[in-house]
Amino acid sequence: MSTPQVLRRAGADPSTAVVLLITFLGALWSLFAAAYAPEAAMRGQAWLLLGGFLTGIILIVGTIANGGVVNDEREYNENLVKAGAIATMFWGIAGLLVGVVIAFQLAFPVLNIEQFGFTSFGRLRPLHTSAVIFAFGGNALLATSFYVVQRTCRTRIAGGIWPWFVFWGYQLFIVMAATGYVIGITQSKEYAEPEWYTDLWLTIVWVAYLLVFLGTLWKRKEPHIYVANWFYLAFIVTIAVLHVVNNLAMPVSFFGARSYSLFAGVQDALTQWWYGHNAVGFFLTAGFLGIMYYFIPKRVQRPVYSYRLSIIHFWSLIFIYIWAGPHHLHYTALPEWAQTLGMTFSVMLWMPSWGGMINGLMTLSGAWDKLRTDPVVRMLVLSVAFYGMSTFEGPVMSVRAVNALSHYTDWTVGHVHSGALGWVGFISFGAVYCLVPWLWKRKGMHSKALIDWHFWIATFGILLYITSMWVAGIMQGLMWRAYNELGFLEFSFVETVEAMHISYIIRAVGGLLYLSGAIIMAYNMYRTIKGDVKEEDENVIPQSAAVPAE
Amino acid sequence: MSEHDQERERDAHSGTATTGHEWDGIKELDTPLPRWWLWVFYASIAWSVVYMIFMPAWPALPGLAGETDHTRGLRDHSERANVAQAIEELHASRASGFAALEGASIDQIENDPQLLGFVRAAGEAAFGDNCATCHGSGAQGAIGYPNLNDDVWLWGGTYEDIRTTLRYGIRSEHPDTRFSQMPSFGRDELLTGSEIADVADYVLSMSGRAGDVSAEALARGQETYDIQCASCHMPDGTGDRMQGAPNLTDQDWLYGSSREQVINIIHRGPYGVMPAWEGRLNEATIDALAAYVYLLGGGEEAEGAANGPTGR
Repeated sequence: MSTPQVLRRAGADPSTAVVLLITFLGALWSLFAAAYAPEAAMRGQAWLLLGGFLTGIILIVGTIANGGVVNDEREYNENLVKAGAIATMFWGIAGLLVGVVIAFQLAFPVLNIEQFGFTSFGRLRPLHTSAVIFAFGGNALLATSFYVVQRTCRTRIAGGIWPWFVFWGYQLFIVMAATGYVIGITQSKEYAEPEWYTDLWLTIVWVAYLLVFLGTLWKRKEPHIYVANWFYLAFIVTIAVLHVVNNLAMPVSFFGARSYSLFAGVQDALTQWWYGHNAVGFFLTAGFLGIMYYFIPKRVQRPVYSYRLSIIHFWSLIFIYIWAGPHHLHYTALPEWAQTLGMTFSVMLWMPSWGGMINGLMTLSGAWDKLRTDPVVRMLVLSVAFYGMSTFEGPVMSVRAVNALSHYTDWTVGHVHSGALGWVGFISFGAVYCLVPWLWKRKGMHSKALIDWHFWIATFGILLYITSMWVAGIMQGLMWRAYNELGFLEFSFVETVEAMHISYIIRAVGGLLYLSGAIIMAYNMYRTIKGDVKEEDENVIPQSAAVPAE
Repeated sequence: MSEHDQERERDAHSGTATTGHEWDGIKELDTPLPRWWLWVFYASIAWSVVYMIFMPAWPALPGLAGETDHTRGLRDHSERANVAQAIEELHASRASGFAALEGASIDQIENDPQLLGFVRAAGEAAFGDNCATCHGSGAQGAIGYPNLNDDVWLWGGTYEDIRTTLRYGIRSEHPDTRFSQMPSFGRDELLTGSEIADVADYVLSMSGRAGDVSAEALARGQETYDIQCASCHMPDGTGDRMQGAPNLTDQDWLYGSSREQVINIIHRGPYGVMPAWEGRLNEATIDALAAYVYLLGGGEEAEGAANGPTGR
């Protein structure tokens, strides 16, 4: 069926003009900022932004001159997903590498090179967290959501050139945030370090993402919206709200880097942790559950275990998660009643979180043998297992009595990484392993053995990481609270640091193993895209780019 | 079972009905909620509600929860009050020890096993959190930061001297601080490079460290030493504690004993600062710290110490 309506060209589309206008205004602001910004660091940022916007303008104008974007409604937009998969792999390795560097810095402080300020732990740490959460995780979510929403709505992604604006705009945000950190631009809010101008840019990109996603749901050809899309939508909407509220700030000047937050004191802390905890809840949990709900049933070719469970755990998860933030502020200036709410809602969150785990694991019923034969399934399933473990550990740690021991220790770091390396990392890697043969039309990955190597090396790395952090954290907590019989602290702070040295080394080695696994995967992916696929993988069911007819 | 149900496809493996929907080949089973899941979920909600009833939990309209702006719960629990009480109890547990320490001489401390144990515990805790940053966790010192285990003292090593140093600091901002300043002979061009090198060789020779140096060079160095250095470090190099001028004849070197290090320190002139702890630590803690440092091994008997308590 080929009609003129389905082969639309975005060149004549008014939406392209809007993208062009935004890019032009951005370039104009950057030009002035490059000239008038009070700080040299900000002028550097402005030049970078200007470069990004000018490249954007050239690309858009070039595309229009060549007749515009071909928007063939008969085919899914797979190039967009390909770009997202490559970006996921690229940023994943970058973020993990910085993580390994700072892990070694903690074990061997001499690695903070005095002459180069940007090598200090204080600047590299946000670079690591933002790179793995927003650059690696964010691109995994962009890529998979663009893929899943098209397939499960049986329609090409909406918005003409806009999905590309979202993709490249998001990359620009990452570059701005990352370069800002290393030259010392930060608003000092954890996981929300970028300053106001970068925040504003992300807001524009994110609203565009929401509209593209909604537009695609709107024109879907399926009567119902698939569960993965509920989770993606909850993630996109909530992140928009969290990002905007937590970053409400007054810039000091129109072209300067500095701004002052709207909030102060304990209100600021609570807003920050309402944001911070829900970044975990909606970015790293809801979004990645979206990935799970598509890629696990698709890969193992089994129906989702329970539709009812998916409904109940979806609504209970998103309703309860949003309250849990105050558990980050136990025993602080935060009023006790707010701590109680944070803690009880965290405990109530246990089963809603596990609903996702049950649905993920039980979907394998009837296909458990695939754990043995398909390393990608093994990775996806271990990911769900880590999800279950860390969503049990989380409520436990939110209980005030436990938190009195665990807070400020490396137990927290271990907890986060069992979720990050185990759940987020493995589900993303698993999804990309599924996507690459589908998108590039290969009969499998270049090497199944290398997937196995990746799986085992990374799993061993995670185990080293979390066990060393459990030991370090619990020991640290116990040492901090130890009093001798005369009523004095048994240990000075530096003694507790000394005691953790060996754990820090083990952790760094664990991180290095995990990074090695990702590098193996990148190589495997490169060879697959190049076309070096020898054997057919019976677990890869080819996916056509064509949108099935009604 | 409704008519609709009967139409739905059943999963061959589990025998469960599907929901009848399909997305990109993915179907869903209509499995009921796992009972254990549901009951644990209910239990966690019930537990939370009970917890909220007993503990402060909800913001309240003014007047509805008495004096406060939130529900206080049946237990009327206050973490803030608990902390205040715990701190009070801690202070109380230490009170008798600090009372015994007040006004005690170092002899009294050393001869009273109970007080000695108390001082060691109190001093160690305070040392670890305040002093170890510079002096090292074993008080072993570092370049520029004196070792406190040995019997070398710049400003005196009696209990009273150590207390004074702790209280007012060295070259600190306290008006009563101990103060002296060695000139920057090289940087301020008071001596030429070769004069500094000669003085360094001469100073090293005082402790038998001079290398292969000519007698003429040593003579030149001594000449300069006598004019520039002897007033503080004394003609024989044994130093002067009144000015914090170190003994140059011993084997203890605060800024290093290599020729290069000695030349460097004469060139730039050291300016080591120790903060004043008066006002930051209470008197009792300063006493305990002074006794702890004294007892590390290098403490010196005060002249006439047997006459009873010194100090305040």
